[in-house]
Amino acid sequence: MSRYRNLAVLVIVIAAQLVLLAYQVRTKEDVSLLRSATVTAVSPLAKALDNARGSSLGFLDRYILLLRVEQENERLKTELDKMKLENQFLRTELTTADRVRALAMFQQQTRAKTVAARIIGTGTGANSKAVFVDRGMKDGVERGMAVITPDGIVGKVTFVYPAASQVLLITDPFFAAGVISQKSRVPGTLKGLGRSQVLVDHIQNEIKVEEGEWFFTSGDDRVFAKGLPAGQVRTVRQGKEFKEIFLDPSGLQRGLEEVLIVLEGVHQAIPEGTGPAAGPVSFILPPPESAETRVAEQKALESGIPALSTDADRLREKIKRIGEIQGVRFGNAGARLPNFNMDPNQVTRPQASVLAPPPRPAEGQAPAPAPATATPATPTNPPQQ
Amino acid sequence: MPDISDQILIDNPRRGKISKFRVVWLIFIPLASIAFQVNIPLFFRHLGYLELPLLVTVYFSLMQRNPIGGTLIGAGIGLLQDALSNQPLGIFGMVKTLVGYFAASISVKIDVDNTTIRFGLSFFFFFFHQFFTWILVRALLGQAIDFDLVQTLLFGLLNSLVAVPLFLILDKLRERG
Repeated sequence: MSRYRNLAVLVIVIAAQLVLLAYQVRTKEDVSLLRSATVTAVSPLAKALDNARGSSLGFLDRYILLLRVEQENERLKTELDKMKLENQFLRTELTTADRVRALAMFQQQTRAKTVAARIIGTGTGANSKAVFVDRGMKDGVERGMAVITPDGIVGKVTFVYPAASQVLLITDPFFAAGVISQKSRVPGTLKGLGRSQVLVDHIQNEIKVEEGEWFFTSGDDRVFAKGLPAGQVRTVRQGKEFKEIFLDPSGLQRGLEEVLIVLEGVHQAIPEGTGPAAGPVSFILPPPESAETRVAEQKALESGIPALSTDADRLREKIKRIGEIQGVRFGNAGARLPNFNMDPNQVTRPQASVLAPPPRPAEGQAPAPAPATATPATPTNPPQQ
Repeated sequence: MPDISDQILIDNPRRGKISKFRVVWLIFIPLASIAFQVNIPLFFRHLGYLELPLLVTVYFSLMQRNPIGGTLIGAGIGLLQDALSNQPLGIFGMVKTLVGYFAASISVKIDVDNTTIRFGLSFFFFFFHQFFTWILVRALLGQAIDFDLVQTLLFGLLNSLVAVPLFLILDKLRERG
């Protein structure tokens, strides 16, 4: 009887966890209460371990430093050349440059609003590359925020707790970000592989990418601002469909101790009320400002028409303007097709009143002849055929 | 000359005694093992192979000699570990539930104070844990992660080597009487 009771408890516990797992996978919702409680319980222990390590290593560092100073003292006595002494001093200064100071300097220089964070733990997933940082909700951290170092991107915030956050590193198999190559400006998708290198996917085999070339974030993913270093190409080879480009992620090259969490990206404010209600990322940057967008916005400001927001809007406006310039009214059966190759930006925009449709004739009257202004305006640069 | 089965199987009631621990240790030790797993590999990367939460699960389950207790200990530690991963809750929970159950079940029959047996059980349960985690991750989450047999066996060996002194230290926390 006892044996069946044991088995029954085992089956119930396993089934309960299976249901919990199925619920999370099916609804994409997380059991944040348990995670939050666990992180809250483990964080003090992790911090205590970190402090203990810091103290012991600090002592060792000081001891080793003392030994080095002694050795250096001996050596310096033998060196009479002043220049050599000076060089040595400068080299020592460089090698002992404080990482935190460098981070603070970067933080001051960057236009983005950031908060410095310290790594206090790693994730426990079988194949995951995630770390915990000592900044959380109280510091203004939100899920989906980018995490960087002066050397490049590091990852993004996946879970936020009151006093800590989990950061998914760019080497995690679940990580992806939009990147662009430095030389040929080829866009691709950076993906983690679960090891030290990362893959840039979705770049056609025909496109030339060289070893040593740098990739930067493109801003398309709306997590990382455009222009942050992602990594340097280590290996390039032809793939079945796309090139196989492996990068050394620059943000992780010098180890991870301190990072910056980007609270506000460089190019925008968070869109109000337009973010996704529920999803893996809740903090999304607006799309990066392109040259075309700036031109369109400038023209929109000049003409008093509201700025266009999407590519489809801009294409629609472009076609509409081509039609207006060439005097073609879309939707009329039998109307001739305009020349879509012309650049409407090179043509002076006609006055709205000139292009306004002719007034409707009163009933019984013949329609007025088409106005002379309906003839196409002359483009300053004729279209290339 | 004693038969080898005399060394392995429980031959008197004293050797099959249930060990009891203070509640504070039952809470602190699993949390500390998870904190260790989370923090230490940051600075000593080579210690990343250590599965202390698993070893703690095996130890407490073996010492409790109660399959229901082992099941609950395994489920608790596994879920805590899940909570610190970026995966849905339940994978480590289920695997460690099974580890706890089987460890507690087997402890009724064998002498769990024997060092060789502890070493062997740690090795077996490490392999079982890694293999079952791999199966569940592939089957339930659809992640195509690799299972490196040689590495798992090697890490199993290293974890077993750590388990022996660790279990001896944890033995000191048993309540006397």
